[in-house]
Amino acid sequence: MKKLTTAVLALALAFLPATGLMAASVYKVGGIFSSTGRASFLGDPEKKTMEMMVEKINASGGIDGHMLEAMIYDSEGDPAKAVSAVNKLIHKDKVLAIIGPSTTPTTLAIVNFVERAQVPLISCAAGVKITSPVKPWVFKTAQSDLLAVAAVYQHIKAAGIKKIGIITVANSFGESGKNQLLNQAKDFGLEVVQAESFGAKDTDTTAQLTKIKSAAPQAIVCWGTNPGPAVVAKNVKQLKIDIPLYQSHGVASPKFIELAGDAAEGIILPTGKILVTGLLDGSDVQKKILESYQADYSAKYKGNVSGFGGYAYDAVNILANALKGTGGDKGKIRDNLEATQNHIGATGEFNFSGKDHNGLSPEAFVMVEIKDGTWKLIK
Amino acid sequence: MQEIIQYLFSGLTTGAIYAVIAVGLSMLYSSTELINFAHGEFVMVGAMAMVTLWVQLALPLPLAMAGTIALGCCLGLLFERFAIRTARNPQPIVLVIITVGASIFLRGVGMILWGKDPFSVPSFSIHESIEILGAALLPQSIWIMVAALALAGGIHFFLKQTLTGKAMVACAVNQKAAWLTGIPSEKMAVLAFAISTGCGAIAGIFIAPITMSSYDMGTILGLKGFCAAMIGGLGSLWGAFAGGILLGVLESLGAGLISSGLKDAIAFILLLLILYIRPGGLFSAKEAKRF
Repeated sequence: MKKLTTAVLALALAFLPATGLMAASVYKVGGIFSSTGRASFLGDPEKKTMEMMVEKINASGGIDGHMLEAMIYDSEGDPAKAVSAVNKLIHKDKVLAIIGPSTTPTTLAIVNFVERAQVPLISCAAGVKITSPVKPWVFKTAQSDLLAVAAVYQHIKAAGIKKIGIITVANSFGESGKNQLLNQAKDFGLEVVQAESFGAKDTDTTAQLTKIKSAAPQAIVCWGTNPGPAVVAKNVKQLKIDIPLYQSHGVASPKFIELAGDAAEGIILPTGKILVTGLLDGSDVQKKILESYQADYSAKYKGNVSGFGGYAYDAVNILANALKGTGGDKGKIRDNLEATQNHIGATGEFNFSGKDHNGLSPEAFVMVEIKDGTWKLIK
Repeated sequence: MQEIIQYLFSGLTTGAIYAVIAVGLSMLYSSTELINFAHGEFVMVGAMAMVTLWVQLALPLPLAMAGTIALGCCLGLLFERFAIRTARNPQPIVLVIITVGASIFLRGVGMILWGKDPFSVPSFSIHESIEILGAALLPQSIWIMVAALALAGGIHFFLKQTLTGKAMVACAVNQKAAWLTGIPSEKMAVLAFAISTGCGAIAGIFIAPITMSSYDMGTILGLKGFCAAMIGGLGSLWGAFAGGILLGVLESLGAGLISSGLKDAIAFILLLLILYIRPGGLFSAKEAKRF
């Protein structure tokens, strides 16, 4: 009996290092997404996309023979939970790189942690503060609001409008948008005659809109994420303010049209190309990628893709490319990320450099108008 | 001038929402001396049930309303029976914490049932806003105001004029003495809960067309309703109504005349001031204690 036990133990010991080696050949990548909570419309498609992409990469043999393993945590859109997730990923799971988080506040909360631990992070959030100033280990795939504002202002300028009123949501998405709107106005020869804000859960914004109306702007720009901008759109119609209403890319989803109903008609907003894949020219380089992403996603999850899932799609692809030939060295992964050039993704064409960790240009956005309850591409 | 009127109208819209919520809260307080921090979640249940019954199942409006109110009352009944009454140690603080727990529970259930996306509910009547003196007023805010007034009036009548209502107040004042006079205090508590949560559901029904309904809408609405009830004086139904309107108008004037960024701060500073000068609220008789 004793002999048998010893034999078993010896066998077990003999196999232990081997299993250890097996584990080492797996590349662990972390994910932090707000898959539940208020920002779940961002995090849920991102998480699903990351899982789908990791599966796809593994099915085609992994990266240099290494399988990918995704360790995904839910931040619930809460910076505190994102911090605890990033600590788990860095210290317990010992991941090579992290994708996410989904929102600007959660990303900014963990930036210092990844910088200190020197783990590459590819955020899926829009805030311009994430990559400006450039932090060596932090990248992002979502278009900055800097580019979105530029796209909106180009359209406003072309329409011959000089005076605008802005209304932004009182959270970091809105604050960041507001800063960009105010800073860039001069570059496009625009004057912001009134700047107002509203709470993320406000049920009524007519007071702010009345104030904007009395300043007599020629157009209103609203910057927020659902459901606030839908309330703004409804209130604009109710107050019979008859000037163009521009919204941000934060509401570029069919949900916004559903929420705002008739009030959505005529609203102009910037969006990633993913929303209007079917309307794009056949010559558009992104069209094929977007179609294949849409096909894969709807085959697996029976739903439509969103621009937000596209951020995770690009992040996984860019990371997969950067992982090649590194043998799991985080410094090399970072260098490879920074050297990414001409990467055509779902969001746009990425050209990272030492000075630009977002790598996109305003062309990553197209302007659309809501007509008859659907999107119409503005050429 | 036209702007000021518009600010007032905007304030009336939000104020009516706060008021209709505050009335339900205040009603429970005046009949059980308990503050239900899950009240906002019952408002959410009301709004979301309207989404299901009216928008998704396309039931006729009166039927959908009746179903929603019945659901609110039933939930209140279950809440009292299984969460409040089973408390071994019915200290006020324990009960308040139970209601906080219930609010988290209800929000979770709401998220599982209805998902995380917000929903939109159409208005009961015409969409077009009414123009008065160059300022726009939403027809739906008149609906809410009428609902809040009717609720406050109805409950006032019930508590002051009917035997059951008086018995309910008696239980709140002194449960043991009420029991000695033969009032079934347990039944009264159940009834009070059912009525109060029913009021919450009614609030949800009426505000759903103005706000976007989502599983997490209840928390902030409950807090604002609580503020309104505090301003008016907890336990006073008319106080709750007036407190709600006052809070809404102040928020709107603050947003319009000073800064929309400071909107909530202005309202809360005012709340602090009122509580400092009149701890019992604006409309309480003398003190927080009634007898």
